[in-house]
Amino acid sequence: MKNKIGQCTDWFLCRFPLVKLWNEHMAHYYAPKNFNIWYFFGSLALFVLVNQFITGILLTMNYKPDAELAFDSVEYIMRDVNWGWLVRYMHSTGASAFFIVVYLHMFRGLIYGSYKQPRELIWIFGMLIFVALMAEAFMGYLLPWGQMSYWGAQVIISLFSAIPVIGDDLSLWIRGDYVISDATLNRFFAFHVIAVPLVLLILVFLHIVALHEVGSNNPDGIEIKESKDPFGVPVDGIPFHPYYTVKDIVGIGVFLFFFATVIFYMPEMGGYFLEHANFIPADPLKTPEHIAPVWYFTPFYAILRAVPDKFAGVIAMGGAIVVLFLLPWLDRCKVKSIRYRGGIYKKAVLLFIISFIGLGYLGTQPATPGATLVARILTVIYFGFFLLMPLYTRWEKTKPVPTRLTHQPSLEERVPGWIEFFNEIFPQTPVKDSHGNTVMKRRPDRTAMINALIRFAKKLKESLD
Amino acid sequence: MKKLLYILLLVVPFSVYSAGAEVELEDADIDLSDVQSLERGAKNYVTYCLGCHSAQYIRYKRIAIDLGLDEDKVLNDIAPLGAGIYDQMHSAMNPKDASKWFGTTPPDLSLIARVRGADWLYTYLKSFYTDPSRPYGVNNRVFEDVGMPNVLWQLQGEQTASIKKIDGKPVITKLIPKDNGKMSEKEFDRFVNDLVNFLVYIGEPVQLERKSMGKYVLFYILLFTIVAYLLKREYWKDIH
Repeated sequence: MKNKIGQCTDWFLCRFPLVKLWNEHMAHYYAPKNFNIWYFFGSLALFVLVNQFITGILLTMNYKPDAELAFDSVEYIMRDVNWGWLVRYMHSTGASAFFIVVYLHMFRGLIYGSYKQPRELIWIFGMLIFVALMAEAFMGYLLPWGQMSYWGAQVIISLFSAIPVIGDDLSLWIRGDYVISDATLNRFFAFHVIAVPLVLLILVFLHIVALHEVGSNNPDGIEIKESKDPFGVPVDGIPFHPYYTVKDIVGIGVFLFFFATVIFYMPEMGGYFLEHANFIPADPLKTPEHIAPVWYFTPFYAILRAVPDKFAGVIAMGGAIVVLFLLPWLDRCKVKSIRYRGGIYKKAVLLFIISFIGLGYLGTQPATPGATLVARILTVIYFGFFLLMPLYTRWEKTKPVPTRLTHQPSLEERVPGWIEFFNEIFPQTPVKDSHGNTVMKRRPDRTAMINALIRFAKKLKESLD
Repeated sequence: MKKLLYILLLVVPFSVYSAGAEVELEDADIDLSDVQSLERGAKNYVTYCLGCHSAQYIRYKRIAIDLGLDEDKVLNDIAPLGAGIYDQMHSAMNPKDASKWFGTTPPDLSLIARVRGADWLYTYLKSFYTDPSRPYGVNNRVFEDVGMPNVLWQLQGEQTASIKKIDGKPVITKLIPKDNGKMSEKEFDRFVNDLVNFLVYIGEPVQLERKSMGKYVLFYILLFTIVAYLLKREYWKDIH
């Protein structure tokens, strides 16, 4: 029997390069050994993608892509289908989780220069994934057929009509009707469940193939392939499997903890993951007072609204994504990691974070004149970060880059420091209790707190230099 | 100068807004484990709301299961005459007539608690006041010019609005009871609270089960993460 299995295995392995694939991409794929917390988000994105596929397939088994039935069928899934509520919440929370994870993954690339030579193509594929993901999320959001589904889609598709000459015909062609209707719902369903997921899968495949060709970047931003041992193995590299597979499983555990907390205790996330108005069935005759897209689109939506002219707004919104594609060529600095880059870049990144989060917040709020003014300032900063990059990255005073990976304290190594810090802020002080006995109790120490704050401020300032 | 700019950029986005002049909502006391309150709420709903508002996503059977009630009891005490145990909570009113009478079709209330929130519903149901300019003689403090008449006026009694002019605009400062209803204020509050409790329940019948399940799931994930972490530490021992 054993022999038979062995023969079958041999037969298979003679015809399929399984061992070669496994070694090339897992067991003999050498990754830098100093990945920090930012490096969890790539594998997490893959994990969430799988979650969306599985829960999505289960949802299509009971969902009805029909304007008359869609809203009812979602409530049917929530109430009458066994575990339907769990599947639906996993899918809706998964959508938001996907963007959280992907935004953090992209930010990692930004601070460690992972988009730079020789990884420009990985960045381009990644950006294409981001665009496909936005299309996927936008079309998926129409399917529950609530008021926000309907009017959100109405607003976004009407943007195409701002394009001169062909605009009206183009938006009509996309909708398949003069307003969002059953025809639109059906085609969005087709795109959401098959067309875009296929594109996403192919792009993820290309993203990983391109990554494995050049190898992973790391927090120090140096190429580990430049220092190899006599056997041709990078000295600072470790096999992806088992080291990073076991590490990424820990990341998945931590992620699942937060993910499950949202699903079981706050699936609406205060109206950010599931908008309150989306529990009203779509009504083409009743425009909601305040139409806001889901949170992950709000930075771009705020840019759209910040520009006074509709067509120019559409261009700006598109431009906000296009500039991201150009990032590898806008950044002229030779140093990759923010650890060794100049203060000007660090400050620029800080401004960029403020503008992105600020715009994201403003996109959820009604456009009052004051809010619009702030959105305009933040839009200028957003574009300034990218478009002025060729200038300010050229003046950058960079620090010397090490030739080998540096050692940073790990989480475990930081624990004694935290304990010491706690003891400093809450020292044991003798206190008289009600019986007049002296006991040691932990009391907050004001001067220690002020000192800690001053130290923190100094450190913050230093880290921006 | 540059530093000032950074500080401004940090502060400005969050200081542009001031709170709008909205009515402060009263707190509803929502307790979905209070089965008796839910049962009273269901009865109140059928008596006072179902005439116009369906709740078509909930079935009587589900109510019986979730509240631990006998099916016969649900049919006799809660459901309207002629309803079957597998029926959804349909309203007897014809939607065409309804829009003729009220100017709009009364909405289905299965999900209203998820749209408006419990506190809003609680405050809304208590905030009707006499306004002769409206077709049904009442207006509402939290939902101005609402098409709905005050169905609960016999229980609550009539209220009038005390109006003051602020910045040249009439603003309702408070609602004053004009006469007594069948219920005392405390009884009425409990009545409305039971009703809202029921609405919150039908908004998502599984929510109680979901929350009680959550702690086991989180506990399992925590154990899983600890084991995964120990495994990682074991493997990474030889990496320096």
